[in-house]
Amino acid sequence: MEYFSHLLLNSGIFIILSVSLNLINGICGQFSLGHAGFWAVGAYTGAAYGVYLAPDFLPDFVNLFISCGIGFLTAALAGVLIGVPCLRLRGDYLAIATLGFGEIIRIIIMNMDTVGGPRGFTNIPLWSNLFWVYAWVAITILVIANILRGTHGRAIISIREDEIAADSMGIYTFKYKTMAFVLGAGFAGLAGSLFAHANQFLHPNGFTFMWSVIILLMIILGGLGSITGSIVGAVILTFLPEMLRFMGETISEWRMVIYAVLLILLMLMKPTGIFGKHEFNVLSFLAKFTGKKKEII
Amino acid sequence: MSSPLLELKNLHVHYGAIHAIQGLNLVVNEGEIVTILGSNGAGKTTTLHSISGLIPTSSGEILFDGKRIDKTPAFKIVSHGIAQSPEGRMVFPDLTVFENLEMGAYLRNNKEEVDKDLHYMFSLFPRLLERKKQLAGTLSGGEQQMLAIARAYMSKPKLLLLDEPSLGIAPILVKAIFDAIVEINKTKNMTILLVEQNAFAALKIADRGYVIATGEMFMEGKADDLITNEEIQKAYLGH
Ligand SMILES: Nc1ncnc2c1ncn2[C@@H]1O[C@H](COP(=O)(O)OP(=O)(O)OP(=O)(O)O)[C@@H](O)[C@H]1O
Ligand SMILES: [Mg+2]
Repeated sequence: MEYFSHLLLNSGIFIILSVSLNLINGICGQFSLGHAGFWAVGAYTGAAYGVYLAPDFLPDFVNLFISCGIGFLTAALAGVLIGVPCLRLRGDYLAIATLGFGEIIRIIIMNMDTVGGPRGFTNIPLWSNLFWVYAWVAITILVIANILRGTHGRAIISIREDEIAADSMGIYTFKYKTMAFVLGAGFAGLAGSLFAHANQFLHPNGFTFMWSVIILLMIILGGLGSITGSIVGAVILTFLPEMLRFMGETISEWRMVIYAVLLILLMLMKPTGIFGKHEFNVLSFLAKFTGKKKEII
Repeated sequence: MSSPLLELKNLHVHYGAIHAIQGLNLVVNEGEIVTILGSNGAGKTTTLHSISGLIPTSSGEILFDGKRIDKTPAFKIVSHGIAQSPEGRMVFPDLTVFENLEMGAYLRNNKEEVDKDLHYMFSLFPRLLERKKQLAGTLSGGEQQMLAIARAYMSKPKLLLLDEPSLGIAPILVKAIFDAIVEINKTKNMTILLVEQNAFAALKIADRGYVIATGEMFMEGKADDLITNEEIQKAYLGH
């Protein structure tokens, strides 16, 4: 039971990571390869608050809230530092810069003794629980879905569709690219803080480039641009390795190969991911049953 | 005589070492349809892009409504009253026809006025109305062209820039599109700068024309004069 709730908790954290990366890569069309870096920034700053600064008299959930806020803000700040110079330009600069960023962050942490360096960061207070993780999952999804529905969302989507055309519609593309990127980075940091206070232990090698790739796989699997898809992708890729583990040692060792094969199969059968760019919408789903159609225009 | 709506003065544009526009002078007066003709690579798209602020100019001036706009970023140009229907259409493929048109009106707040213009565009291009909820990426080439023009119109610009609206489109549809351009110009008194390779169709509806070759002005004049000009006929009209 405890094992299962631990898995559920992890999948919540990965939902936040994948939905936030989807905002950058899938919805705004900017290619970031450094999500694990922002995750690490949030995890370590959130954990540092927990270990060094958190006042004992505050209830745990208040401390967790502050820690999440710190994780969000520091990762968002890192997002500004990386994003602003890269997003002024069109092209692949962002992919290269974020890739480098993820590794640099890891090396910096390795060499920071106050957060444990290569020994890892220990004694982080246990504040996360299923309730708060999924409360943040809900908030993340609501915030991002809400932005998408408004005019800001249209602007962000149009950049993915065609940046030059978006420019010539009067959309300040740089502003919206930065907005999507910084917000995405911030939520990754928040996920980091939740993660730190669930695991109680952090190690720089837990935030390698491989993890950026896995989060990327989650959103590709679910369908770039679909929030629903990101959620499903995150759940599948958190539970799948565990199910493979049950099938025995050898299969578990072949985990990454099995991932790759599954992905290749998916891309062959449905190149746009499970959901494509579509959302699972409760209202339109109900409408199918009641026979009533919601008129959009 | 009042000052022109758009004026390019000795404009130069470089792409790295390539000197794409070499001292272009051009005037568009209010209410006119002016066409820019020229063969592939002459610099037509480059000229429109520099007006729209999509590429930086090297030297010279671009004046719109008497104000210099050559250092103004692209996203602000639209609010000055210039909209471009880009070459190769460039609609937003995963948005519906209707959403594309909404994007065109992105900067406008007066919902009533926007609705009026939407209806006007739908009356001008009934095909778009039929396909209102279709994803723009699944439209035919000709329909995408109509959408690109309509989307640019939706910002209600003073000056509408059209980059090769006849590109890859069957003659019968070309006629429909050019009729629509004239209609917009006449009834809405919208000034139009039309880039074309289809010189004959363009000169038929234009007031004046410019012919550019490898980034330089080759010839300019009244459309009626250009259409009968021997050199033009040889080079562009296939006579
Ligand atoms: N992004 C770019 N980088 C480098 N050179 C460019 C770029 N865009 C255009 N050019 C060059 O500038 C010149 C003018 O190109 P432009 O696109 O303005 O031609 P055009 O008159 O619109 O041609 P077409 O009728 O084929 O569209 C060409 O020689 C082209 O190769
Ligand atoms: Mg061109």
